[in-house]
Amino acid sequence: MKKKSGGKPESIQSDTSQHLIELLRQMLRIRRFEDKCAELYSAAKIRGFLHLYNGEEAIAVGVMQAMQPDDAIVATYREHGQALAWGIPMKTVMAEMYGKQGGCCRGRGGSMHLFDKERRFYGGNAIVGGGLPLAVGLALADKKLGRNRVTCCFFGDGAAAEGEFHEALNLAALWQVPVLFVCENNQYAMGTALKYSHSNPNLAEKADNYGIANATVDGMDVLAVEAAAHKAVDIVRTEVKPFFLECITYRFRAHSMFDPEFYREKAEVEQWRERCPINTLFKTIQEKGWLSDTEWNQLNQEVDSEIAAAIAYAETCLWEPVEDLTRFVYSERGAGV
Amino acid sequence: MNTSIQEAQPIHLTYREAVREALREALRKDDRVFLMGEDVGRYGGAFGVSKGLLQEFGSDRIMDTPLCESGFTGAGIGAALGGMRPIVEVMTVNFSLLAADQILNTAATYLHMSGGLFNVPLVIRMGTGGGKQLAAQHSHSLEGWYAHIPGIKVLTPATLEDARGMLWTALEDPDPVLIFENTLLYTMEGDISANPEPVDIDRAKVRRAGTDVTLISYSASLFKALDAAETLAQEGIEAEVIDLRTLRPLDDETLLTSIAKTHRAVIIDEGWRSGSISAEISARIMEKGFYDLDVPVERICAAEVPMPYANHLEQAALPQVATIIQTVKRMVTGHD
Repeated sequence: MKKKSGGKPESIQSDTSQHLIELLRQMLRIRRFEDKCAELYSAAKIRGFLHLYNGEEAIAVGVMQAMQPDDAIVATYREHGQALAWGIPMKTVMAEMYGKQGGCCRGRGGSMHLFDKERRFYGGNAIVGGGLPLAVGLALADKKLGRNRVTCCFFGDGAAAEGEFHEALNLAALWQVPVLFVCENNQYAMGTALKYSHSNPNLAEKADNYGIANATVDGMDVLAVEAAAHKAVDIVRTEVKPFFLECITYRFRAHSMFDPEFYREKAEVEQWRERCPINTLFKTIQEKGWLSDTEWNQLNQEVDSEIAAAIAYAETCLWEPVEDLTRFVYSERGAGV
Repeated sequence: MNTSIQEAQPIHLTYREAVREALREALRKDDRVFLMGEDVGRYGGAFGVSKGLLQEFGSDRIMDTPLCESGFTGAGIGAALGGMRPIVEVMTVNFSLLAADQILNTAATYLHMSGGLFNVPLVIRMGTGGGKQLAAQHSHSLEGWYAHIPGIKVLTPATLEDARGMLWTALEDPDPVLIFENTLLYTMEGDISANPEPVDIDRAKVRRAGTDVTLISYSASLFKALDAAETLAQEGIEAEVIDLRTLRPLDDETLLTSIAKTHRAVIIDEGWRSGSISAEISARIMEKGFYDLDVPVERICAAEVPMPYANHLEQAALPQVATIIQTVKRMVTGHD
């Protein structure tokens, strides 16, 4: 299709095309970053646990479109995508993977614990379900202090079996606090499929039981996620109450770098790969003729350059001195909120 | 001098009232402070500590929570990160194990794993200790176990002054502070100054001076040590009694100074003996005060059983004054 087809005025169409290309760029950034992390893991530059977000990019990118800069994010150990989509500089995320002083947590957090104070990014929480009560508390503070902010809490389907999930949903509903629960339902709690984890595999119904408004959306479609997130955040912000957004998605890669994937069929993975959120959006944009081959190549080059720059930065960063090992166990004099 | 300001008379109160006064003072001083926990509002607190505070401060500041220790402790952490100064009350230390994930994996680690970005100014209060025939799920003393964890501070106020004073100091601390209140102490009465002085939370205190043996204790056991010291004095043995006050960080200096003088040390601890705070203190004395000792360090701890219900069994499981006296006599005279 040509640019002027569709009957919309050109300026709006142009805004739309720019926006869709931006969504594509953000998802691509995450995908390429994750692929590079896997390479760097094999090269022993990155160690520890590494949980990659391939396949789930539409959720972080789509949800973040609905958030305001002073809102808060609480994420899980599979949070590179959220960190990048929320604007934490890629170079400090990469340096954190390297365990370097220039990392966003000075090399003390690593892949599973990315934080950013200025941007109100509260981790990187690697106890499944543990971030939910924290998010309720952040939202409670906003409500008490009369601040019109939203706390967005990401977690997976595995977390929905934890006691802390149920405790947090109950508290959020009881106290009517402005928290958006985003359930990234990738259908496996590590290697255990949903049907082996949940007596009722319809996770949104769990929110129903607490009287929390909810919606389920195709997590492989960034536009659907974005639209649903806007509706959800509007409710949270204007009505000051929780909302539960379930995004059905699929993890393309293994759970972590130690996972031999005995628990799922290759055919199933391939089936879901066909629903790749990046390919889907790319096709949509291409069909509308909004992205020429040159522009697409340029976009790819920009993403690759950003990643190369992030790696170069991480390589040159210093190690935190061992003499500083015991810093940040307690606040230093004069520090603290 | 302004003669209109009169010297305030000491006030007579219980330990329970001292904690309540501390809560009231904190709630008045700082709008960011709120209390939350199970039955802290309408019930008045499981041990009556917060009685009347709901009526005085309202339900935004005195929040009854559902029974979800992990949920509301985690919410306390989040609220602290969001700029509030929450005081979370967990009914007893046994129940706090349901919140252990949030205390250990989040509150204690957050500052470090964020590379110094996020501190958690949270205070958690809880009841601890045995002696009320509450059996094996309500009677344990796990404060020493919490003292194992870097990133938190562990306070064990024994006196009325500390019960009233430590809370505010804890609230001013930028990091998570756990306050353990031995539930037997709630009815203890006495006089304290009407104008409270600020108290520190990082030093032990010598509660009784002596020359022959150092009795190291904290919380309710402090009074057993003091009772034992009185009896021993009648027999010519002068015990120095130290109130640890804070189990983390431990104040080694006060302990070692005393042992350099007395050359004998007994630790009295309501926690189980194995892997206990008494084991830690004993190890530190060996490491730093070994050559000051005339005899090996002794420990008087809870028996290694889940706390039994029957009174005679429970009392047999807890440290007793008679055992302290007997132990000290043996150390000083060389025989029973």
